[in-house]
Order: sequence, then structure tokens, then C-alpha cells
Amino acid sequence: MLVPLSWLKDYVDIDVSAEELQEKLFSCGFEVEELTYLGKDVTGVVVGLITETKKHPNADKLTVCTVDCGKYGVKQICTAATNVFAGAKVPCALDGATVLHEGGIQKIKKGKLRGEDSEGMMCSGEELGINDDFYPGAEVNGILILDGSEPVGEDIRGVVGLDDYLFDIAVTANRPDCQSVYGMAREVAAVLRKPIKAPATDYKTAHTDVKIPVTVEEPALCPRYLGHYVADVKIGMSPAWMRRRLALCGIRSISDIVDITNFVLLEMGQPMHAFDKNYLAGGKIVVRRAKDGEKIVTLDEKQFTLTHDNLLICDGEKGVALAGIMGGLNSEIKPDTRAVFFEAAKFARDSVRKTSRALGQRSDSSSRFEKGVDAYTSEIAMDRALHLVQQLGCGAVTDYRADCNAADLAPKKIETTFAKIDALLGVEVPEEEACAILRRLNFGVEAKDGALTATVPPYREDVDGYPDLAEEIIRMYGYDHIRPTFLQRATVTHGGLTTAQKQELKCKETLKEEGYMEAVNYSFGSPKDFDLLRLPEDAPERRAIRILNPIGEDLSVMRTTLVPSMLGNVVRNVRRGNESGRLFELANVYLAEELPLKQLPEERRHLVIALWGEGDFFDLKGAVEALERAFDFMVKFVRGERNWLHPGITAEVKMGEKTVGVLGELHPSVAKELALEKRVCVAELDYAAISKKFAKEIRYHNLPKFPDVQRDLAFVADEEVTCAQAEEAILRACKAVRSAELFDVYRSAQIGEGKKSMAFRLTFSPEEKAEKGISPEAADTFFHKIVGALQAKLGAELR
Amino acid sequence: MQLNSEEIRKRAIAESEAAADSRALYEVKMKYLGRAGEVTALLKGMKQVPAEERPAFGKQVNDLRVELEAAFEAQEEKVRAKELEQKLASERVDVTMPGRKGRHGTLHPVTRVRNRLIDIFMGMGFEIYEGPEIESDYYNFTALNTPADHPARDMQDTFYLTDEFLLRTQTSAGQIRLMEKKQPPIKMLSPGRVFRSDDDATHSPMFHQMEGLVVDEHITLCDLQGMLDEFARTMFSETSKTRLRPSYFPFTEPSVEVDVSCAACGGKGCPLCKGTGWIEVLGAGMVNRRVLENCGIDPDRYTGFAFGMGIERIAMLKYGINNIKLLTENDVRFLEQFKD
Repeated sequence: MLVPLSWLKDYVDIDVSAEELQEKLFSCGFEVEELTYLGKDVTGVVVGLITETKKHPNADKLTVCTVDCGKYGVKQICTAATNVFAGAKVPCALDGATVLHEGGIQKIKKGKLRGEDSEGMMCSGEELGINDDFYPGAEVNGILILDGSEPVGEDIRGVVGLDDYLFDIAVTANRPDCQSVYGMAREVAAVLRKPIKAPATDYKTAHTDVKIPVTVEEPALCPRYLGHYVADVKIGMSPAWMRRRLALCGIRSISDIVDITNFVLLEMGQPMHAFDKNYLAGGKIVVRRAKDGEKIVTLDEKQFTLTHDNLLICDGEKGVALAGIMGGLNSEIKPDTRAVFFEAAKFARDSVRKTSRALGQRSDSSSRFEKGVDAYTSEIAMDRALHLVQQLGCGAVTDYRADCNAADLAPKKIETTFAKIDALLGVEVPEEEACAILRRLNFGVEAKDGALTATVPPYREDVDGYPDLAEEIIRMYGYDHIRPTFLQRATVTHGGLTTAQKQELKCKETLKEEGYMEAVNYSFGSPKDFDLLRLPEDAPERRAIRILNPIGEDLSVMRTTLVPSMLGNVVRNVRRGNESGRLFELANVYLAEELPLKQLPEERRHLVIALWGEGDFFDLKGAVEALERAFDFMVKFVRGERNWLHPGITAEVKMGEKTVGVLGELHPSVAKELALEKRVCVAELDYAAISKKFAKEIRYHNLPKFPDVQRDLAFVADEEVTCAQAEEAILRACKAVRSAELFDVYRSAQIGEGKKSMAFRLTFSPEEKAEKGISPEAADTFFHKIVGALQAKLGAELR
Repeated sequence: MQLNSEEIRKRAIAESEAAADSRALYEVKMKYLGRAGEVTALLKGMKQVPAEERPAFGKQVNDLRVELEAAFEAQEEKVRAKELEQKLASERVDVTMPGRKGRHGTLHPVTRVRNRLIDIFMGMGFEIYEGPEIESDYYNFTALNTPADHPARDMQDTFYLTDEFLLRTQTSAGQIRLMEKKQPPIKMLSPGRVFRSDDDATHSPMFHQMEGLVVDEHITLCDLQGMLDEFARTMFSETSKTRLRPSYFPFTEPSVEVDVSCAACGGKGCPLCKGTGWIEVLGAGMVNRRVLENCGIDPDRYTGFAFGMGIERIAMLKYGINNIKLLTENDVRFLEQFKD
């Protein structure tokens, strides 16, 4: 919010620098996001008096002026402007001065113009960065002609109102009462320990017989509605001081009546509206919900079609304003307006916000109502507006006022003790100090025997308990009084990670050891991702939860698979020249029971692992096997099929009969679509499912008394025989075999077409309780049993 | 029987000296001392020697055997030494060639910081609680003292899934879920993904937060700062300090913004801290009484504090990462820098 220092000074005697004030505001909860000295770009420009003008001897279009700059001497300056004359006072940029020029800063140097000395430059309003609202006549074509009362040699910034500071203050959502210059002034007064001067709100009224009855049909949406009738209106321009202040805060002057409403908005934080009374059909106001399909054209000539959710200010027949957002074009103040009905109301913040959002129509008014306007200020603001009407002489304030009030205006009282406040803060604030702070913040304070009764200022709707008082006290007393302590009186608690949390960390560490880097991707993706994976129309992954208000279509559905974002990572890496890499991500997918959601969806941890460039299917499989070893669980890999994976290089990962993942090489067509020339292998595992089988506790197994015996077995089998089939046949044939590990596969003409040789290393372990080891003869027996089984089941022949 | 042991000895030694390698030497050895060797044959032929000559003959052959054995052994040592020398020479490498690279994986900087934070607070008795990422309006807002008409809802741009369900905008939602289940004393840390519909140079629509909550008897604002000082010292530097300044969150009262002294300049002022010496790191405050009430905790008996920080923000400060987008791009050249 923009607050000019000069305006604050109307209400508080500020005797610190702007920078000091910024610090003070910061310490009590108001961050000044930007502090601007208005004259920072205009330096070395002073008031000059033109004493003589003459034609330039060598240029028809130039005039040579003699300019008296007081203590800076008399300068000769050439100008192309045609509005200069002897006796005029003008802004005169001296040698070395800076002014604004076409959006930048221009440095002025003395020199010669067509042979004549020119020791500076006379400035236009634009070169000083000001318009008519800042200083009347600033927008004239040519040199800014000052009004004549200024002393020569005076710094121009003080003259045209640039010797001022503008604070851009961030106001937190709990302090709507500070969304105004006066509201901020109250804080400034409190922090500087100065009295506050309230703006004048007095006015005289003339009797009228005119009545403009107001009916509020929706008091919940409009807790207070004040209306006041002003007669004998003569629309004109508002005075320079008012226009300047509006301009400083970024509002253009329109006419005195409209300017008054905007001025009060800035000054008091109360949005106001002025209706041309003669355009209020039936001479009355009704505050009601719009009918579905009802239309209104607002002041900016936009037409809106409304619904029952929109609050509408109506006359006897039609809508005349979109409540709290903008007035209607049909009753706007025009140059010939003769009678005005002022509105100062409190509209419910969510009603204004919802309507504003739904219609896409925002205004200074709506943004204040959304944050909250209090019913107390509505009345003060109306009085202030009427005072200004009288001050500006633009109308006769009548004695007709409508006031529909459903708001509770009784002052809130908080009863508590200083001890409670101190206990929350952890420091003892001297009672007198605490009371003084609250009084400075306009609380009513009664303190007795450690008890405190605080009457909350009517504009502080945010304060409703002793912690609020504690906050008010400490932010003024100073947070530097807080002395760090370390839970002196708290109970010792037992913290730590759950087993599942530890396992996740271990899972990540394991993959890290395998050379994979952890990736983090957005939890949402594009619906097109499912097409990329060529998932069938009825694939469960396509039942993704949609975000109602996504940032874009490509971030609009919650992930049901982690594969697409991982492929995106690979694509980005390859495009950036990262020829190979290994990544994983452990994150949730979101699985809806039904769509649209009726209950919280299941958030299920998935693990996606990928490699590209270097390595193949078996490298990636090695990563999954590393997890098996790390967590002591077993999965089975069986030939599988996915539209997005290579038909010959795809494994389904199974636990028992349940599929818990898939692992394979990316289908060449999908790779081509992604412009990936490198081999990419991807695995996605249902981490939630496999983690159920993670060994939770280590159980020690007794060591066998006798050593293992190993034998190598090589046999020839049909090409179709898989490693898993052979392994299973071996393990089933003999229970003494602890493991059968494939270590070689060999094909040759000698072995024959369609055949391969497989070599396994067999490890025989004696039973734990066995009284003797496995003799060579026993091992031979096992070996032959296995050979027999392989022959019978798989048609394999010993090599 | 005549025995020209001298001739055999000379011949055998000459042959052994001529053997180029241990294999050839072995063959020489076998030729004389092997089962079918010349000297062995002599011993075998003892029977044909007349009895009276046998002792002398035997001694002569035996001496020869002993002599040859010693000679062969000496020669073998020489050959072995020569062979070793050759082997070593052949194994010579260019030691200036590059070493072989092992693959090293890394944990994401967000995970690293998250783990570090968990370490810090776990030691203080915090448990780790992870709430759902898709939340109901109630847990994300209403129970946190942010009813539907509350202007604070505008502080956060929320992704909605339905009127009721949304992507959580803050890990504070976890506070409520835990407090509903558990009475004080509570010390909880809730890390996780959060979502806001903000996507520009300095904002990501998804980032991570870490929420901390302590509820017990006699908890004060001073305790909050004490704990955050400890956090700052462990996370940033031994000399780090914190500064509280007033702020606003609907679920805490009083609410504070917490700045940490700039670790880059030690608080003197530098470009990182924009010359202020302080860096805004987290939001915190004393838990609002209404929040405690909403969870069935007696606010007259218990007080508490809560704090919440952006993990990405901490990671960026800690590692000097200058662009938040890097954290979700997953460029391996970025990720590989975060090794142990």
C-alpha cells in the first residue's frame, strides 16, 4: 500500500527521517517494501525568473532567455519552447542537473546552441516527472510555468511537491485497519509515542424533505449500509492538494465528488460510492442478491451477467452498483449531476471476493473489502466525506441519512492478567509499560492487582483474546526483549523416525550406492503423458485426479505413475548433452477411489528408477536386486508386456502372484517420439507393496558346522528354456542346493541351432543340525539327481 | 661298473645353466633326477654292481645326486629371479593415466537438508509425522483458524481438486492431524511436499516445507527463539543468530517472521542479504488458542509454538543455489554436486 510521508504528517508530528520511520515500522510489523524519494531523479533544478527573451540570431525556432536563478546567478538559456515570456517563473536545470527524459535520466550540461551560450535547460512538467494532478499546468505543451509565488533559486522539488517520500508498505492480512493513510498514521503515532490528530469530520446540514430509503435484504452480506443525501451539487475540479495526493497513490482525478470518494478510500480505508440521485429510479436503494441472469454495466463500460451469488445494489427497478466492487454506469456522476447519494458500507469480505473472482472484476474498493472493512469506520468515513464536500464547496450536505446496521458496534472487552501475557511471551513486561503500549494503540485499559481489562478499539476486529494483547505489547515493547531459552520446563519426549521412514532413507541410500541420483519432480503432470505411454483407454493410470485450477494443461493431473516425469528428466538431460546417467525418484502417486473425489485418495509411494546411455536392462535389474539384498526380500521377474516398453525386454516384477512393478527397455517407437537415440531403461515399483515385505528385524541364523560344497554344472538346452526355469528345476530337484547361480550362457554351431549352453554354479549346504559334512560322493549324487531333473523337465543334456 | 660321475655332473650342470626358464630347468631336473632320470637309473642299477664295490659306487652316486640337487636349486633361484624381473617389467603401467571412475549416486539436496533438519530436531525429542499431500479444506485451512471468508486464504494460491479437497498449501495441516490423535507433550516435525499455484522465476508450484510443533505446559515465545537459535547454529554456522519480527499467520498468535544472521557476511551486509545482515528463513509463532481448541487440547493448560520453513529455501541458502527451478530439473550435472 502506498503512503506518502507528507500525508502521514497531517496526523502525526513525525520528527524522524523517512529511513528511521521505515526501521520503526519494520520493528512493529510493517515491512516497507520500497521507500522512494520522489525527487531522486530530479537534481540541480531551481526556480528561475525569466527577465528577458529575445530571438535567437541563428535559429528561427529558438528563443534566448535570460534567467535569474537567485543565488545560482543569472543564466542564458536557449529554448525551443514557445510559451516562455519575460516575468515567468520556470524550473531551471543548472549545469550538471539531472531530469527525466523519455523514461531515463538525462544529465544537463552547459554548451552552445547554434552559436549562442546555453547554460542550462528550462524544464517541462514531464521532465520533472509530474502531471497536472501533481502541479497544475504540468501537462502544458512547453515549459512548466510556475504560479509565481516561489522564491527564485529555490529547489524545484519543494515547489512542485517532489520533496516527499512514498512508502510502499506490506500490510498483513490481520490488519485491514491499516489499509489507509490514517490507519498507518495510528501505528506511526504509537511507535513514535506521539499523539494522533484525527481528520476533521464535522459539517453543517441543511434540512431536506427528500427521503431515499435503504433496505438491506442480505444483512449477512452487508452488515452496515450508510447513505447520505447531498443536494445542490455543482461538479467541478477538486483542489490541487487533493489531486496531488490521489496522484501520489496512483489514482487519477475525475471530478470533485468522485475524488472525494477516492480520497476517503485512501485516507480512511473505507471504499465509498456516489450515485447520481436523479438516476435512482423510485428514489430508493435495495441491497439484494442478483437474480440469475441479471445484467449490469459498470463504470468502466463492461457488462456482467450475474448470479444469485452476487450482491447487487439496486434502485427501485434495477442494479445500480456491483456491491463493493464498482458502481453502475447508469447512475454515474456526470458533469451535470445535481444531487448525490453517498454510500459507505461494510460488505462481507468473502462475498466481495467471490464475486470479484467470478466476474474477473477488481478495483481498489474490492481489494479493501476482501481484506475487511469495519462497520465503525464506515460511519467515520461518511462524516469525513461530507466534511470534504463542505470544505470543497461542491454541494449542500442535507440532514437525510440512512443507516442500516446489523453489525455489533459494542466495544469488545478482553479480561485477562499480566501473568498470562508474560507466561506466553516468556518475559516479564513491566505492567506500566504494557498499559502504556496498549493505550498508545487506542485500547481502553483498566489494570488492577495484576488483572487487565482491555477495551479493543472498534476498528481492531482482529483482536479477540489475550494472545492478541501479548502480540500488541511485544511488537511495540520490542522482540529484542525476548531472551532465548531452551524448553526449560517442558517434558522430555521420545522422538525419532518410524520404521517406514528409516526404510525410505535406506532405500535411497542403497540406490545411491548403486550409482543412482535422486530426482524430485512435480506431483502433477500432463494428461498427454498417458498417450505417450500408449496406455489403453481403460488403463487405471488414466483415472487421474484433475486440478480444477491448474497452472497449465501440462501440469493439470495428479500423477498416477512416476514414469512420464522420469522420461521427461531423461529427455532434458540428453538434450543438454548429458550422454548417460542414472536417476531415481521415490514419491507418491494419487489413486482415486472414485472421480470426482468423495474422500481423500490413496497416496501410494512408488519408486521409479531409470538409466540411459550406459548400461542395459540387467544393470537396472541389478539395482532392484540391490534393494532385495538390502531389505532381504524376494521378487520374481517374469516376461511381461507394456505398450511403452520393448516387447522382448520387459519384465513384470512379482511378489507371489501380485505384480509389484515393471522393468524394461523403453520401446524404440516411444524413444523415437521423445527424440531419444540412447538406450533408456526404466523400472517402476510399487514401493508401498514391496516395503511390506522388508525384513523388519535382523534374525541370526546359526552357522552350519560344515562348509558348503560347490559344483559347476553346464548343460545344453533349448533356446526357450529360461534361466528362471532352470534355476527352479535345480532348486526343486534337491533340497541341499542352497543356491544355483547362472554364470555363463554360450551358443555355437557345435551346440546346434536353437540351443544354448547354460552354466550354473551350485552351492550345497549341509543342514544346520547335520552331524557330518557333504562328502564328494554325496555331492555327486545330488549332482546327478539335478542332471536327471533337468533332463526330465527341460530336456537338457549334460555337456 | 664304471661310473663317470664327473662327466654326468658337468653335463647336467651345463644343461641346467642353459635352461632358459623354469620349465626347461624342470625338464633338465627330470632328465637326471626324475623317476626315469639318469642318476635315478644309476641307483636302480646298483644290483648289478659287485657287492664289494657297492658302498663306494653308492656313495659316489649319492654324492652326485646331492650335488646336482643343490646345483639345480641354485639355478632355479636364478631363473625364478630372472622370470620375476621379466614379469614385473611386463606389468609396468603408465601411472599418469587416469584412474577408473566408479559410479557415485547422490541424494537430492532437498532430501539432504530434510535429513539434516530431522537429525537436528530428532535429537531434541521430535517425532516425524507425514500427513497427506491431498488434504481437505478443513485440515488445510479451517482447523488452522482460516475459515472460508478469511483474507489469509488469499496469501496462498491454492490448487483445488474439488470444493472440499485441495493440494495442501502448507505442512501445518499435519499439526491438526497429529494433535487430534495425541495429547501433549507433543514435539513434532512434519516434512513434505506443498503446492501453490505460483510459477515464476522465484516460485515453484511445488516445494517442500518442514513444520515444527511443540505443545506442552509452560511453553513460551522465548523457548521458540531458543530452539530456532539452536537450529540456526547447527544448520548454518556456530555464530548464527536469529531475529524475530512481528508477522501474521492465522494459526499462531503472536506470529513472527524469523530472520537468521547472514552466514555469507556474518551479519555485516552483503548482496545475499541485500545489505541488511539478515535473511528471512521461516515463519513461526505461538499456537493460536483456537487451533488447540479445534484439536481438543485445553488452551488454558497448554501453550505451544509452531514454525514452518521452506526446505528449498534452506537448501538454496546452504549450498548457494541461485535458481529454484534447478531443484526440479534433475539435471545430472546439478545433482552430482551433492555427494557426500
